[in-house]
This record gives sequence, structure tokens and C-alpha cells, in this order.
Amino acid sequence: MNTQKPLLQMKQIHKRFPGVKALTNVSLRLFPGEVHALMGENGAGKSTLIKVLTGVYSIDEGVVEMEGVQVSMQSPLESQAAGISTVYQEVNLCPNLTVAENIFIGREPRRFGRILWKEMNKRAQTLLSERLNLHIDVTEPLYMYSVAVQQLIAIARALNISAKVLILDEPTSSLDKNEVQQLFRVIEKLKRDGLAILFVTHFLDQMYEISERVTILRNGEFIGEYMAKELPRLDLVLKMIGKELNLLEQLPQLVEDHEASANETLVTAEGLGRKGAIEPFDLSIRRGEVVGLAGLLGSGRTETARLFFGADKPDSGTLTFADGGSGVQTPRDAINHRIAFCSENRKTEGIIGDLSVRENIILALQAKQGMFRTISRKQQEQYADEYIRMLNINPPNPEHLIKNLSGGNQQKVLLARWLLTSPQLFILDEPTRGIDIGAKAEIQKLVLSLSRQGMSFLFISSELEEVLRVSDRVAILRDRHKVTELTDTNMSQQQIMQAIAGG
Amino acid sequence: MSKIYKHHLFWPLCVLAALLLFNLLYSPDFFSITMHDGHLYGSLIDILNFGAPLMLVAIGMTLVVATKGIDLSVGSIVAISGAIACLTISKGTDQNALGLVTFSILLAVGLSIILGAWNGLLVSVAGIQPIIATLILMVAGRGIAQLVTDGQIITVTSTSYSYIGSGSLATLPFSIFVVAIALVIALLLTRKTSLGLFIESVGCNPTASRMAGIRATVVIFAVYIFCGVCAGVAGLLLSSNVSSADGNNAGLWYELDAILAVVIGGTSLNGGRFYLAGTVIGALIIQTLTTTIYMIGVPPEITLVVKAFVVLAVCLIQSETFRSSIVYRRHKRQDTMKKEVARRVS
Repeated sequence: MNTQKPLLQMKQIHKRFPGVKALTNVSLRLFPGEVHALMGENGAGKSTLIKVLTGVYSIDEGVVEMEGVQVSMQSPLESQAAGISTVYQEVNLCPNLTVAENIFIGREPRRFGRILWKEMNKRAQTLLSERLNLHIDVTEPLYMYSVAVQQLIAIARALNISAKVLILDEPTSSLDKNEVQQLFRVIEKLKRDGLAILFVTHFLDQMYEISERVTILRNGEFIGEYMAKELPRLDLVLKMIGKELNLLEQLPQLVEDHEASANETLVTAEGLGRKGAIEPFDLSIRRGEVVGLAGLLGSGRTETARLFFGADKPDSGTLTFADGGSGVQTPRDAINHRIAFCSENRKTEGIIGDLSVRENIILALQAKQGMFRTISRKQQEQYADEYIRMLNINPPNPEHLIKNLSGGNQQKVLLARWLLTSPQLFILDEPTRGIDIGAKAEIQKLVLSLSRQGMSFLFISSELEEVLRVSDRVAILRDRHKVTELTDTNMSQQQIMQAIAGG
Repeated sequence: MSKIYKHHLFWPLCVLAALLLFNLLYSPDFFSITMHDGHLYGSLIDILNFGAPLMLVAIGMTLVVATKGIDLSVGSIVAISGAIACLTISKGTDQNALGLVTFSILLAVGLSIILGAWNGLLVSVAGIQPIIATLILMVAGRGIAQLVTDGQIITVTSTSYSYIGSGSLATLPFSIFVVAIALVIALLLTRKTSLGLFIESVGCNPTASRMAGIRATVVIFAVYIFCGVCAGVAGLLLSSNVSSADGNNAGLWYELDAILAVVIGGTSLNGGRFYLAGTVIGALIIQTLTTTIYMIGVPPEITLVVKAFVVLAVCLIQSETFRSSIVYRRHKRQDTMKKEVARRVS
């Protein structure tokens, strides 16, 4: 395969933003029939590189060649014309249009300017069932389907553009195991069809499973291009992080030191439930305890968390607090009971994009204090500086707009926002999704050390390993109801898997 | 240097300066201000005085726009408020009585609060899109104003009432002080309390704001009330200035001028960050433009067209995309010229 000429080649790409060098001397080669993984920590420049490749950002320096010919990438249109199509991390489709419309939007089959709806639906159906093995009703609006299915539809749309190069930006971050396998089967097939695939991921396993070649970036710099088979895991991680990092190995010991089973109960849910979201369940959380929620995508993990926070109103059951209070109907109620919630949808339910890091950090505390007890500017800056230092937020500038930060740093700002309200119960829904190993370890460590200081956590993650690492107790969900609880003594990946699978 | 260029007031101030400069060249006595019986007279004073109602309405509109809303009903509220005040005064036996005038003003302001609350209710509680919710009062309000005035123009002969819109305090028109007070209140409310932060937060991302514990409903309700009150007071200024209330024409198309002033001032219709000072400058630009057009004697039938072109130019100057595309083209042209030269030389 190495004798082949690259289909697409990016040479010495530079990209600067005001005050930031986003990409310095980055090169990338994509070969037909190969999956090329792009890896790096948050802020390494992966997203920027993709945006340059897709024409969203213009290149400051460097060239892009397609089949040996230099091409201009000044706009998404030019990039598409060159045969590059992308499936972004956050699904970029119109939820209120039908599946078929979403696939064909802008390229509908027409005759005399009239859209051939039947033809379009038929083609969408064949496309989905033949290439993705997905059998769904394409005339239903998109929002009827889970995020995972929407992701596959987004891929179908990209395929339909008959791309030569397919960019998959973290396609697996919201897929469960079966769906990942389904996706990989599709990728294998596309590989055989001669497509060059750029696969951006944080999952090492998946990278090794599917990729031939890997390019590593760090802090906007090109670290190197390697054959996946010849690159040991440890080397890969070291190259990504750039320093010796034993954080992950240290963590399990932290758990063992920690014992919360003797503490008093902080909050108890009895028969709490909401139709269509999660069937009534009982769950109690002790002070200083980390309770993990495990289950497949769509098993009701997020829904459970949202009921605890009042993000959705429960229609049955009660929530009782140790201090005698009860009932949570709105996020405000929850905040008054000192509950905090980091949503899995960072962009839509977390950050306020146009506000600065400082404003985002103090927002919840200010809302809690009310409009007239304003936190002084000086105090705000103190808080911001304190948390920027404590959580290692990068760039360490409190006046930076949060939308310009990388995903991991946005997540840290949100953690800071809630920590500032000194919660007794902190609900974390996928806090480490789309985040690099370094930041992941930092967040896990933070959870563990805070829980030892008496803060309780409800911890949700699709990564079992992570749930196991931080949790004292794991509640297992399956098909929208709570199946069982596992405590320290009988907690292993194997047992959780069995409980989830229902074997 | 680049910092000044980046400041949000830079372009609005440039446009205003350009307009004033044009006037200076066109009629050199534009800037002359004279003193008569303890009042200052001059074109600049006129611009401030006649622009006062627009500035008021635009200040209220800024906060609404910052929540990603819009209030189309301000023109109608202007008309209703003026009509109610004039009607109450005209029914009185002694139109100059301070008590009567105060009562009529309070009545008009109280009614504006109710009208603003109505808008706020429809938007925040009923969840109707702002443009539709306020369209209802825009249409109905015009009708209410005509109902109040009985389709006639109500004239009043109250000197105390006419003081609000045409009197002067410390040699300056009283209306300027009203605007200044409204601006200071708005600034204090939004910058000294955290209302401003909440408004920007709700305008930028309502869902995330709710999750952070902000009572979005209350915030939205409050800004529509504030906008209603601003429009109501503007209605008082306007009707007092001419000592009459015209249900048909008072405040007609004010909503559009006000929205324009907000946008020129740098606040995006997408909500989020807002700039009150920018809005005031935006309103001044519009008023200066109107005065200029009258002064240079543009035939009345094409004034609107002229105004539209100037506004278009202002908006284009403000647009980052437009500016960078011009810069880009110039660079490109220079580049090709350089290449051409290099080619010929070699």
C-alpha cells in the first residue's frame, strides 16, 4: 500500500488566529483505501486542521494537493468539489426535516425543477439499508431517531456526495458498542471502495482496530506520521501528551483509600420516574459517595440525571434530602438544594458561547445569589483566576470568549462554574466525552479528591472502565429502567457487562 | 491603534462624525449655537431634542434585542401613551394644574407598563415568538390609540404638559434630561446589578441559562416591561412637543428606526452582547440623517430612498464580512498587479 501515491496531501500548513498559533507546519497524507487516524489532545489542532481541509478556515501558509494537483480550499464549496466530505462530531442536520430530505438536501433528484419525492425516499432507503445496514423509515423526521442513528444518517449524507475523502470527526463518541461495530463494517467497505478516510478519535482501541496510519498533533504542531501497527500504545500516548504521565495508573489506588459506605444518606429518590424517559426507580446517594450510572446509550442514564436536577419534571415519585427538604421541579430548585449538573450537551446546555470565561464561571453562583447581590468585578476576577489555575484552563485568560476554547477546556470552565456554587451533589453526564487523556485523568482525579472532601457525585459515562475507576457504587440501567446496583465488592467490568446485557 | 479600531463604538462614531462633517461643509453655520431668552438654539440642539423619543425607544429596544427578542409594538405604545395623556388633560377643567398633568403622566406610564407586561407575558410565559407576539400589539395598539382619540387629533393647551417635550432646563431641552435619566437607569440596572449578564446569557443560550439557574422568564418579562415604559415616555415627549395626540401617525414606523438604531449601535439581532451607548449613537445617526436630508432640501418624495441608501452604506461599513472582502479584493488585485509586473520584468 505504501507504494501508492497519496490521494490528498497537505504540506506545511500554517494557521494563525489573533494571538494564537493554531497550526504550525502541519502535514497530512491520505492514501486511497486507507483509514488514517488523526490523534492529539484537546487543543492539539485537530479541529482546526479539519476546518482548514474543509475550507471553513482559510490557510495562512502551505498547500493542499489532490492527486498531485494543487487545489484551492477557500470555501466549503471548493473543498466539497474536490471530493472531500465531512461528518462532524456534533450532528449537523436539520432535526425537523425527514431522514431522506436530510440526506439529499441541496441535491434532491428533480425533474423540471420538481422534486421527485418517491424517488428520493427510495434512494435514501436503499442507501441506508445497503451501505449502512440501517433499516428505518426515511420519511420520518430526523428528531424521531437517536443520536447514534442520526450520526449514521450524517455519514450516509456524506457518502451520497460521492466523496473521495471522507472525514469522520469523532463519529463514535456517542455510539454504543454494536453501533461502533456497525460503523466499522461500513468503514471497511468504504475502504475497499478506495476511499481515503480521515478518522478523528480519542479512543485508542478504536484507532488500533480500524486505522492503518496515524498522524499525531500536539499544541498545533506536527509530531509525526506513523504506521499504526508499528506504534506501541505507550509511545502513542507519550507522543500525544508530550510528557511522562502516570496519572491514569495512580487513580485506582485513590479509589481504594476511599470509603463512603458509612456516611449518612444525602438524597433519596423513591419511585422517581417520567413517562417515556425512565421508569420509576429508587436510588439513594450518600455524602461523599460517587454513584456511577452504567448502561447502553438510550438506557435512561441521562434521563435519570435530568430528573435529579429538575431539568425535566418527574411525573411520579419523590426526592428527599437529608436536611428535610424535598422535591425538585426545576433546575433552580435543584441549585437551591445545592445540586450541580454538567450536561452531556456542552454546547447547547452548558456554555454561553458569546460570554467570556469569567462570566461563564460566575454565572451559576450569580444566578443563585439573585440579580441584586452582584458579585463585584474584582471578586469575579479572583474566582476566575483561582479556577483557571486550579483546573489548568488553557488559554489562562479569563476574558477569552468561551466558544473559542477547545472542548476539554470548555468542560473545565463548566466544572468551575458549578464548583463555585459549592454543591453537595454534583451530577456529571459524560464529563469526559470528546476529551483527551490528560484532561480526562484530571477530571477523574478531581472527582475522587472532591468526594473525599464530602462532595457526592452521580457519574455517567459510556466508558465502563471510567465508571469503575471513580465509582463506589454503580447503578445499572437497561431499557429505561434500573436493573440493579453493584457495590465495590462485586464490581467488575465483567459483572457490569452482564448486568447491562441482561444475561 | 488597532484597539481603537476594534472598539464597538468606533464605526458608529465614524459615521456620525462623517454626517456632521458633511453638514459642516454644506452649511457652515450648522454648528452655531445661539442663546435666546435663556434657551440654546441651533441644529445640534434640535437633533438632540427631536431625537430624544427615538433614543428612548431604542434604549428599551436594545435590552429586548439582547434577549434575542424584538418589540414591534413600540410605535403603537408611543401613540397610546400620548393619546391617554392628552385625553386626560383635555378633559380637565384647568389644563395647567400640576396635579392633573402628573396624574395623566402616571396614567400613561402605568398603561405602558401594562402593555409591556402583555408583550412579556406572550413571549416568556406563552412562548410565542417575539416578532409575532409584539405584532399583535403593534396592530391592535394602533387601533386602541385611535379609539382613545376617537379618530381625531386631540389638542391640549397645557403649558405644564408641553414643558416635558419643549421646555428647557439649564438652557438645554428638558427632553434630553429625560433620555439621560433613562440611559443612566438602564446602565445602572444592567451593569451594577447582574441583570445585564442574565440578559446576555439568556439571549445567547436560553437553555444553558435555564440550566445554570437563571430565571429566563423573569428576565424576559422585565425587559419587555422596560421597553414598554421607554416607549410610553417617548410618547409623552412626542405628544407634549406638539401639544397634541394623533392616534394615526404618532410614533408611526418608530419600531423600525429603533431596531435600526440598535443594530447600528453594534447589538446583534441574534441576541447576546448589547451596547447601550452604541444604541444612543445609532439613534443620533438616524436623527442627524433625517435633519440633514431636510436641510439640504431633498425633495420629500425621495427622502425615504436617500435615507435607505445612507442606511445601507452605514450597515455595509459596519459589516466585518463586507470590510474584509473589500480588503481581500484589494490585496488580491495588488497581488496580481505585482505578479504581472514581476512577469514583465523577467
